[in-house]
Amino acid sequence: MSGDTRQTEAVHDAIEAIADRLADEKEYLTELDSAIGDADHGANMNRGFQAARDRVAETDGDPAELVKTAGVALVSEVGGASGPLYGGSLLKASQELDDGLTAETTIAFAERYLETVEERGKASVGDKTMVDALTPAVHTYKKSIEVDDCEPIEALGKAVDAARRGVEFTTPLRAKKGRASYLGWRSVGHQDPGATSTLYLLEELLDVATEYENGEVAVDAEADIDPDELPEPDAEDVPVDGGD
Amino acid sequence: MKKLINESDSVVDEMLEGMLTAHDLRRVEDTETVVRSDAPVEGKVGLVSGGGSGHEPTHAGYIGDGMLDGAAAGEVFTSPTADQLSELIQACDGGEGVFCVIKNYEGDVMNFETAIEMAEMEADTEVETVVVDDDVAVEDSLYTSGRRGVCGTIFVHKVAGAMAHQGGDLAEIKRVAEKATENVGTMGMALTSCVTPEKGEPTFELGAEEIELGIGIHGEPGTERTEVMPADEITDHLTEAVLEDLDLEEGAEVATIVNGMGGTPLMELYVVNRRLQTILDDHGLEVWDEWVGDYMTSLDMMGCSITVLALDDELKELLAAPAETPGLTVTE
Repeated sequence: MSGDTRQTEAVHDAIEAIADRLADEKEYLTELDSAIGDADHGANMNRGFQAARDRVAETDGDPAELVKTAGVALVSEVGGASGPLYGGSLLKASQELDDGLTAETTIAFAERYLETVEERGKASVGDKTMVDALTPAVHTYKKSIEVDDCEPIEALGKAVDAARRGVEFTTPLRAKKGRASYLGWRSVGHQDPGATSTLYLLEELLDVATEYENGEVAVDAEADIDPDELPEPDAEDVPVDGGD
Repeated sequence: MKKLINESDSVVDEMLEGMLTAHDLRRVEDTETVVRSDAPVEGKVGLVSGGGSGHEPTHAGYIGDGMLDGAAAGEVFTSPTADQLSELIQACDGGEGVFCVIKNYEGDVMNFETAIEMAEMEADTEVETVVVDDDVAVEDSLYTSGRRGVCGTIFVHKVAGAMAHQGGDLAEIKRVAEKATENVGTMGMALTSCVTPEKGEPTFELGAEEIELGIGIHGEPGTERTEVMPADEITDHLTEAVLEDLDLEEGAEVATIVNGMGGTPLMELYVVNRRLQTILDDHGLEVWDEWVGDYMTSLDMMGCSITVLALDDELKELLAAPAETPGLTVTE
């Protein structure tokens, strides 16, 4: 099996795994969102990733093409601000994967994804958004590879841990972006739903990458791991407002 | 509560179907996007807008000569998705680029931004934008997403549409759209909440003797709840808030809109307009044009908003230019 085929399959598997996970967590995400948002994050993310799964399943193409397809599906199905934040960022960052999945391209992907979320949502660390999970994950991934010489799979594991701590860190914060920001101080004491769903995306990427790394799916050195994108997910958080 | 609908899920689609046969409009295939029947117009910048439904005649009601080339209709009070907006932008590109008028809501802004990137990637379309944020009720601060875009958007549509019709390029349209945005302010109030088709119940509760000041156009609560007051007093409140924000010099020329929120009798809007004109006169302001009617509604809400636009010669000329649309007609 060629390295390219393995990478393509890894991306298919990752999107599949994320879609399953979001279906499982739908109720919980909605519960988090009803405390400080408009109670639709679970349903929106689930609908979006089921559509992404369907469209990607019908797509032949390299990893960049598959990730782009998933991004377009999210943009058209998630709605509100989460569509642009999760889907638009995936769409944009997919351009970094034109040379396949390597340590270098996945770092570029991760950074581009984060940058797009920050720009689009105008959010920074501490605003109680998906950025609070994404930023530590992306920084940790890059640093682990570039400075600590970790293999990408190990770096991804550290990135997931960092994201988890980031999610916990959102609870005591006052929201400055999104619908939650309209609550002011009442937003304190609630975990951010967007940061939470972002963590789920990362956890599933790690799971799938680990399966491939362990050879369950054949291997060919050099492909560094990760299926996809890594960072992808993100959260929403940012809220959105109405629209109109 | 009772509604004149079939199913709440099909309201937007069925509304568009009804508009298409009544007016000179065309639907972009497989979308909730409507454009003028001859779009794209060669050699002219395409002017588009879009947002949630429930604000009729906004947005598709302003499609026509001298105003918009197309508009995307989201679900009720929900931003259209970026792929729909991207289709809209591409359908209105006659070779000179497309200008988007966006109201300041996070969902709208982000979906437009994503749509613009998609249109650039797919079709190399050149796009410029303005974000309208005229609602003086919301404080623009680090802790909010900024002022909302409400009825002042109609003045921006008119001004930008006239400039596009005259052959202005993207930069010129942007300049006048920004000028109008910087010089317009709006404040609204509600006697009742709106009722969305999906929920079927009032979005917020208001007592029989209560009114809400500083409301948005999606049933968001306002800034202040008070006992019901006579129309003159309500008009004073709204107008003073707008004038304080605009801070105009005596003798300045303005255009005004007394806008109905969807469920207000025209009779009452004229009562409000009568008082508005008196207040403006007391402030030494010259009223150059006044509009009264339903321009930017919030479904069936009873209430109104007051918009004031400060004018210069260029804005006057653009406001006076002919326009022919379902929601607004200006003749020479």
